[in-house]
Amino acid sequence: MYYVDLAVTGVTFGCMYAMMAVGLALVYGLLRILHIAHAAVFALGAFVTVVVANATGSLALGFLAAIVVAPLFGMAIYRLLYEPLLSYRPDVPMIASVGLLVLMQDAFRIVFGEQGVTFHNNVYAFMTFNLFGVTVNAVQIAIVVAAAVVFTGLHLFTTRTRIGVAWRATVSRPKIAASFGVDPIKVRYLNFALGSALAAIAGGLVGLLNNFVDPSIGYVVSYKALAIIVLGGLGSVRGTLIASLVLGLVESYGTIFIGQWLDRDAIAFLALIALLMIRPQGFTGTRTA
Amino acid sequence: MSAYEISVISVIGINVILAVSLNMISGFCGQISLGHGAFYGAGAYAAALAMVNIGNPPLALLFAAVVGSVTGIIVGFASLRVRTDFLAVTTIGVNFLFTGFVRKQHWLGGEMGISNIPGSGLGASRNMIMILLFAAATVVFSLYISRSWMGFSFRAVGEDEDAAATLGISAGAYKLAAFGIGTALAGLAGGLYAFFTQFIVPDAFDFILSVMLMAMVVIGGIGSTWGVVLAAIALTLLPEAIRFVNDYRLLVFGGLLVLVIRLAPGGFAGAVGALARKVRKS
Repeated sequence: MYYVDLAVTGVTFGCMYAMMAVGLALVYGLLRILHIAHAAVFALGAFVTVVVANATGSLALGFLAAIVVAPLFGMAIYRLLYEPLLSYRPDVPMIASVGLLVLMQDAFRIVFGEQGVTFHNNVYAFMTFNLFGVTVNAVQIAIVVAAAVVFTGLHLFTTRTRIGVAWRATVSRPKIAASFGVDPIKVRYLNFALGSALAAIAGGLVGLLNNFVDPSIGYVVSYKALAIIVLGGLGSVRGTLIASLVLGLVESYGTIFIGQWLDRDAIAFLALIALLMIRPQGFTGTRTA
Repeated sequence: MSAYEISVISVIGINVILAVSLNMISGFCGQISLGHGAFYGAGAYAAALAMVNIGNPPLALLFAAVVGSVTGIIVGFASLRVRTDFLAVTTIGVNFLFTGFVRKQHWLGGEMGISNIPGSGLGASRNMIMILLFAAATVVFSLYISRSWMGFSFRAVGEDEDAAATLGISAGAYKLAAFGIGTALAGLAGGLYAFFTQFIVPDAFDFILSVMLMAMVVIGGIGSTWGVVLAAIALTLLPEAIRFVNDYRLLVFGGLLVLVIRLAPGGFAGAVGALARKVRKS
């Protein structure tokens, strides 16, 4: 059962990565910016969840607050930071993004302290089920279910609704979409709002799983989510999902087999580099110049 | 000079070498690298091993530059395969791979790193002068390259690879050359760092450092040697200058980074250029 346990851990991490990374993939697909400050949005979502949940005693209210606050913050980042820098080389907004991440991480440390905040009443982190001999945590189930719901919803939204179709049209051919009456600026706000909301949900769930939220929570997202969207073919939602699951599993098994030579992050990036050398355009990406 | 001043100036010299060498790869040749810390680290470890085992400082520096350059050329081959943002993320990967590998190697000291590295034997202040001489030589070399045929080819490859190829410029060869030269200098900087601290740990060469070096290049004005030198000095001094807000250092640092980019997206060099044009017009 040991290998099954590893698979469960791998899939859980994969689903978590997918929800963190999808916002990044959406922003890249639309604006070609590596939105590193997405990690700050993720951390903000986690902190809002834990603070509101502790204050009101209701986890649902915590998540709701995070889903409201994070998109506002994400849209503000676009309006105040990226929009004025769009005409410069892509490394310029990226460095601005890194600056914002450093600032936000330190702000979280100052406001919430080095130790972070612990959930007062989180029964889920310690609730385990026995499924066919494999021990599974309640939060792990919630993460997998949330990822399934989110990605199905996203798929239906982009294929079945008018707004979703307009969004996809803008991502693939901005000028033609605009000539059909789609407002590209509204699409950008929608993009940041949705991506940020998903990151906030992921942040809240990771907080629940650890039972606390500390200021370093965002750092993992800042670089690993980048690896994931590159592996997924930059800007592709389906590719991001596949890459997240692959990375989760590779890390989970890799730490067992080659853990004495490389640490967890190095294993993830070794897989990334190896796959990129074989498929330079990622899993699903079309070849870009 | 106090020991504190000597150490700050030494770090400035090392950072100037690092930023200027990164500017050759990312600024001149347009190959965005966010893993410069790995080559710096490779040089530092190479020099440390050479000093512990052989004990000859010039040989250790040479060894550091060669190890930096060889790893750089290997990574340079990746730049033939993947481009732009894919390359940026690949180089991030190289950085994590380096620190992750070194952390788990007993012969490299693992997490604890290598301590008691024999120094250059020059003493702190003459060691600082040696670092500054190397930094000056790097700046002169960078200025020379940017005016040479090689610099012209680097820029052509950076601006538009396909157009450069049409002119008969072999993009691949020049990319490898940029990586080889830039990372040799990074390795050299690593060797100087090993002499300076006599104690190295994997965390000194992490991704955050690479991002900081890229910030120096972008804030200085990507491609401009003088701008990058200025930014390297400013960004090294800034954390020292804002020591009075000790607990809020990163907050202020991040905020300033955002502000500078927001107000002068072309970096120092871009801002000076815009100012010069305005003066000429009036």
